[in-house]
Amino acid sequence: MKKIFRIGWLVIVLAFIYVPILVLAVYSFTDASIVGGGINSFSFENYINLFKNEELRNMIFGTLLLALICAAISTVLATFGAIGTFYSKRLPKALINSANQVPVVNADIVTGFSVCILLIVILRVDKDTFIPLGIGHIVLTAPFVYLSILPKLKQMDNSLYEAALDLGATPAQALFKVVIPQLIPGILSGFMLAVTLSLDDYFITTYTKPSTFDTISTYVVNATKGSQTEIKTALWALSTLIFVIVIAIVIGMNLLSGKKKGAKNDKI
Amino acid sequence: MKKIRFNRSQLCIPYAVFLVLFVIAPLFVIVYYAFTNGEGNFTFANFVGFFSSTNTLGTLLYSFLLSIVTTLVCLIIAYPTAYILARSNFKKKYVLLLLFILPMWINFTLRITALKEILSVIEGNLAAYPFFNSVIGMTFDFLPFMILPLYTSLLKLDNSLLEAAADLGGNKFTVFLRITLPLSIPGIVSGVTMVLLPSMTNYVVLDMLYNSTYIMGSLIGSYFSAYDWNNGSMISLVLLIIIFLVTLVTNRFSDKDTNSRGAVL
Repeated sequence: MKKIFRIGWLVIVLAFIYVPILVLAVYSFTDASIVGGGINSFSFENYINLFKNEELRNMIFGTLLLALICAAISTVLATFGAIGTFYSKRLPKALINSANQVPVVNADIVTGFSVCILLIVILRVDKDTFIPLGIGHIVLTAPFVYLSILPKLKQMDNSLYEAALDLGATPAQALFKVVIPQLIPGILSGFMLAVTLSLDDYFITTYTKPSTFDTISTYVVNATKGSQTEIKTALWALSTLIFVIVIAIVIGMNLLSGKKKGAKNDKI
Repeated sequence: MKKIRFNRSQLCIPYAVFLVLFVIAPLFVIVYYAFTNGEGNFTFANFVGFFSSTNTLGTLLYSFLLSIVTTLVCLIIAYPTAYILARSNFKKKYVLLLLFILPMWINFTLRITALKEILSVIEGNLAAYPFFNSVIGMTFDFLPFMILPLYTSLLKLDNSLLEAAADLGGNKFTVFLRITLPLSIPGIVSGVTMVLLPSMTNYVVLDMLYNSTYIMGSLIGSYFSAYDWNNGSMISLVLLIIIFLVTLVTNRFSDKDTNSRGAVL
């Protein structure tokens, strides 16, 4: 009996989380223009529109490109930042760690607004250069990359670096061939986290973006206020597509890490 | 030896410069703008305006109320969920957990769109129950961020402690209240911070659901649209102080493993 309650609870919570997404997914394959309205026939129209409509296509690729570029820059910046800080003296270490914590605990809206004031209002950087937007997203994502690399640095065997130097490697060689390879899991998960944070962001984007550029978040918010049915239903398709992609990535990563764990166990 | 360490620590210079320029400097800029008027003269007028207007004070109270209720609702839903997941003897409970936190990686505006469509079918006009719908929307958005830290801290719970407590005569309720609950406080605190602050500022959820917003975040949004940087900075500073106070309290309970958003990957 008790087990039934437990499973029942989990099912209810899952329903709360997934029913809206799944209902939208079903409707995305129909010609209906409102959820709950009549369905005349099934169609792929929404999915075709998603890629045919130039505005939508540019918006999606723009969002992805922004996320990938910013995540890449964040990852490089934060990786070297984390390594450098880890071997710094106590004071600079404490200062950088605290500064790194600021965007993590701060509300995104305050981060975005403050970057906007500094860059756009005071320094008068042109929004259309994408520089404020890029910097905003790096400010948002780099601290999280930093945080995901730190534990790997702590786990790392310090003597390996020293050994590489003793064996004649230059510091640069030791860094790239010994230290960084050991940090790769942390760097990769940091990069993935940076991509997802950037893709999900609304506030920093709103306050720093060029007026003609939209990411998925800002576009969707505007679209829900607009009355263009075709765009609205195409976004249902986008939502479904992203849902499927996220599931695929999660399953993929899980299989991958499962395999790795298996391999490790074999060695032992 | 010394020289090598010196070389390695130099690697942090670009990141340190970046943090100073784009994380620390903007904070000072906010403080400067909050205490000046449009002509750049020092003034308390922005704060006086905020704390003497019933409108803005009402917004502040409404945000507090909304975020506290949202946080409690998230906690009430997430705690049993995390507890069942963490304590179950299901072999691949990690996979089950992923099912609950997977929405984290789906763009929140798209998820809120889905929620809005469903709620509209059920309720009709969403603006009729703004507070109720705000809580639902925020909970829908932030629930995974509450489940994850709770799960992590409950997973670490030592079974032998529970058995010992039971052997010593504690009934199930006492064991939970005196062992499980206190030991999961780091997870609770971490989850609360993940929900409390965003639900004070994420006005987009409300904006999307019923085209209207009354929370602290929306004040920044409206000052931004009006190019009123001084008052926008003043609100940001108020939020920063709230965030600082919350962090001060939560740092006492902090548990590094349960922190950070989306850290599962």
